[in-house]
Amino acid sequence: MAKSIEIKKTKYLNPYIGGVLLGIVLLAANFVSGRGLGASGAIKSAIVTVETTIAPVSSESSGFVKEFRQSHAGNPMKTWLVFEMLGVLVGGFLSGAFAGRLKFKVEHSPKITSMKRLFLALGGGVLFGFGSQLGRGCTSGSALSGMAVLSLGGFITMMAIFGTAFALAYFFRKNWI
Amino acid sequence: MGPLSVNELISENTNLFLAFIIGIGFGFVLEQSGFSSSRKLAGVFYGYDTVVLKVFFTAAITAMLGLLFFSLFGWIDLSMVYVNPTYLTSAIVGGIIMGAGFIMGGYCPGTSFCGASIGKLDAFVFIGGLFLGVFIFGIGYPIWDGMYLAKFLGSPKISTTLGLTDGVFAILLIMVALAMFWVAEWAEKKFPREEY
Repeated sequence: MAKSIEIKKTKYLNPYIGGVLLGIVLLAANFVSGRGLGASGAIKSAIVTVETTIAPVSSESSGFVKEFRQSHAGNPMKTWLVFEMLGVLVGGFLSGAFAGRLKFKVEHSPKITSMKRLFLALGGGVLFGFGSQLGRGCTSGSALSGMAVLSLGGFITMMAIFGTAFALAYFFRKNWI
Repeated sequence: MGPLSVNELISENTNLFLAFIIGIGFGFVLEQSGFSSSRKLAGVFYGYDTVVLKVFFTAAITAMLGLLFFSLFGWIDLSMVYVNPTYLTSAIVGGIIMGAGFIMGGYCPGTSFCGASIGKLDAFVFIGGLFLGVFIFGIGYPIWDGMYLAKFLGSPKISTTLGLTDGVFAILLIMVALAMFWVAEWAEKKFPREEY
């Protein structure tokens, strides 16, 4: 019994130590590239690549692609965030391998089915993807990185994300608790 | 000295290579902290697991202080560091939509890649949703570009907006974070949790 408690305690990194390490990673990103971390930007790169490959002429006239081109010259996949996110997959995999957490599974509350969990994950993903474009970055690029450089918009987006999730938590409680 | 790539102290390819290395650190720390688990992430909204709040604010403060001290020591030129622009309307509306996506899907984009990297199938589906959401934003861009570009305020710092120096604001933020950590520790004792 005592042993199992000990294992539970050491399962994940202490959150404050994790936070300091994540802060150092974010600091390194700023020191190297002059910008913070990000995630949704890499997905935007991939979407722009697909659109400009499938329909090169019509897509270049779209406001979305034009807006992307203003800040990214050249191959949309050869950007900082695309390489960073490839690293995230490698880093997450290595951590999971060391901790013995590599396993294919659908994680959900016992109160709901796997199918319902996947359906909600899809819906949540669509909303998050859309919102990240409107908000010019997600939790990483807009909220976390924005806060580190004291961006007013970063703080506003952070409060809007967490405030909304708190406000809606009651309606989604069965999915989590 | 820093930022290295903006000052052209490193080549573009070195910059991209370092992006990959920094990404490995990013993914590793996220996974080690438990951000690959959607139920752990969602826990902050019910008080049973507040790891998100603790890691998120500790990271933001660490990086903020790091940048301020690096600047003080002359190691980085903060005027060359990107400050996210503020478009008031889209920052709020985008944040609200993302918040809804967070409580519904249990991940944010970065953590979903982290979850997928250790085999979480719900994370793979969430990523599929992300692609769809970004695609929808792209094809409907003319419908919402008015909102996207509304209320542009430039790239103000929150410290300037509040009439504080960066240092004073940093101290206030640290105090707010400590108060939140105290509430978080209390909540974790109050609300039952299970390990997953």
